[in-house]
Amino acid sequence: MRYEVRLSGEGGQGLILAGIILGEAASVYDNLHAVQTQSYGPEARGGASKSEVIISDEPIDYPKVQEADILLAFTQESFDKYSPDVKEGGLIIVDSDGVKRTSAQKNVQIISIPFLRTAAEEIGRAIVANMIALGTIAEALEGRVKPESIEKAILARVPKGTEDLNKRAFDRGRQLYKERKG
Amino acid sequence: MSKKSDLKFMSGNEACAEGALYAGLTFFAGYPITPSSEIAEYLSAQLPKRGGVFIQMEDEIASMGAVIGASLTGAKSMTATSGPGFSLKQEHIGFACIAEVPCVVVNVQRGGPSTGFPTGPSQSDVMQARWGTHGDHPVIAVSPTTVEECFTEVVRAFNLAEKYRNPVIFLMDEIIGHMREKVRIPEPGELEILSRPRPTVPPEKYKPYDESFGDIPPMAAYGEGYRFHVTGLNHDETGFPTNNGKIIQRTEERLLRKIEANKEDIIKVVDMYADDSPEVVVITFGATVRSARAAVRTLRDTGVKAALLALYTVWPFPETQVREVTEKAKLVVVPELNLGQLIYEVERCASADAKVVGVNKINTEPITPVEIINKVKEEL
Repeated sequence: MRYEVRLSGEGGQGLILAGIILGEAASVYDNLHAVQTQSYGPEARGGASKSEVIISDEPIDYPKVQEADILLAFTQESFDKYSPDVKEGGLIIVDSDGVKRTSAQKNVQIISIPFLRTAAEEIGRAIVANMIALGTIAEALEGRVKPESIEKAILARVPKGTEDLNKRAFDRGRQLYKERKG
Repeated sequence: MSKKSDLKFMSGNEACAEGALYAGLTFFAGYPITPSSEIAEYLSAQLPKRGGVFIQMEDEIASMGAVIGASLTGAKSMTATSGPGFSLKQEHIGFACIAEVPCVVVNVQRGGPSTGFPTGPSQSDVMQARWGTHGDHPVIAVSPTTVEECFTEVVRAFNLAEKYRNPVIFLMDEIIGHMREKVRIPEPGELEILSRPRPTVPPEKYKPYDESFGDIPPMAAYGEGYRFHVTGLNHDETGFPTNNGKIIQRTEERLLRKIEANKEDIIKVVDMYADDSPEVVVITFGATVRSARAAVRTLRDTGVKAALLALYTVWPFPETQVREVTEKAKLVVVPELNLGQLIYEVERCASADAKVVGVNKINTEPITPVEIINKVKEEL
C-alpha cells in the first residue's frame, strides 16, 4: 500500500533531513520501497520548504505526493498551502506556535504539538525540532516503518557527538504523540 | 537477501557518480550547473580517494576538451552538465564522434532554452542529444527511470562508449537526479565492465584508424609508446587529415555503421503488457516512465488494453520495437516533459493505423498518471 508523508515548513528547520531519514529507515532498514523528494531552488533557502516521502511495499511509480496520508506543517503558510491536499481520513500534525489557524474542510485529524518550543526549552537546542517531529511521525505511522529503524537511521545520519541529543528529541516526540492520542 | 551495507539511500545524481566509479571512471572534468552539480560534488570528494582525477575547468567547453584528452590517455572519462552546458559541449562532442574517443556526457535536463528554468524538471533535450553537434554523426543516448538505474545504466553507458569508441549521452532529468531511493551497490565483478579494444601490433605498425580490424579500430593510449595524430578534420587511417573524397565517404559511413549495425546490442527497451495485442500504447523515457507505468496499470484495471514501452536507449531510436508494439494499436500516447520531441520519432515508426498523440508539460511539474489517463479517455 502506498503511503504518503509530506513535511513542510521553512528552510533551515531540518525537514529535508527528516524526510531523508524516514525514507532511509523505510527502505534500507525495513526493506520497503521509499522515494524522497524535496522542494528545490530559491524557495529551499529561506521561504517555504517541503520534503516528501512515499513509502510502499511495492515499487513506487509516481514519485511525488498526490494525497498526503500525513502532513507535518511547521508554519501557517505551509498549513494553508498543503492542508487541502491531505487524504480524507488523513492526519495533520502542526507546530502549535507556528500554526494558529487550523480549519480543515475535510474529515482529517489535526494534532498540535509545540515542536520548536519543546526543542528549545526542554531539549535545549531549537535545531532538533525536526527530530521531535520525526518521533511523532514514527508513532503516527502505526508500525508501517518501525520506530527502531527510524532511530537507527537518525543515529547513522546525524553528526558525531550529537547522537544523544537527537535520540532524546526523537524519544520526546514519540511520547508527545502518545500523550496527545491519550 | 542483500547485506545492509550494500544498500544505500541516495539521490540519482549520487548514484550516477557511484555507478561511473564502478564502471572504472578515473577522470572527471566539469563545470557545476544545476541540477547536475551533485555529480561533480560527489566525484570531487571520491575520485582523489580512489586514485582518479577531478578537475573543475573554467567552463563547459574546456571540460569537454579535457574529457577527450584524458580518454586519449586511456582513462575512462566523464563530464556532467545540464541544458546550457550541454549546448556548449556540442562542438567537442562532434570532435569525440569523428576522432572516435569514448566518453560519457551526463545531461541532467532542466527547463527552457538558454538558462531557462534551472531548478525545474524537463526532458527537452531529446533532439539536442541526437542532433546537437553538426554534421552526420553517430550517437548513443541512454536514459534511466529510477535512482538504482542511474547506477546500472551509467555502467551500460560506459560500456557502450568503450565498445563502440563513441561518446554516449546519459540523459537524466531533474526528477531522477534529485530524488532519493534505495540502491543496491553491486559487488565488484557482478556487472560486466567493458574497455576499449587495444592495439595488438607494436607502436611502429600502429595506425589509429586501421579499418582492417573492422568497424571499431583498436585504440592506443597516449603515454604507452604509441604515437598517433588526432584531429577533427576528416582523416585517413593514419589519423592525418585527408581530402580524398572516397576515404571521407567511406570513413563517415563506417562511423554511422558502428551504431546502425549494432542496434540490437545498443538498444534497450522495457515493455509492460506488450504481448497482449494492446490497443493503447504509451511510449516514453526517463522519469515520465514512472507516471506512464502507473497510468497503464490503472487503465488496465478499467478494462483498457494498454501497454507501456519504456525507452532506456533513446538514440539510436528503437524503430523496430516501436513498430512491433504498435502493430495492433489504435492509439499511441507519448508523454514527455517538453512540447513534443520524441513524438516525431514515434510518429515516424508507429503503425500507420494508430493515432499518435502527445501529453506535454513544461510548467515545472512532472506529468501525473491522471494526465496520461485523461488523454487516453479523451482520445478513445
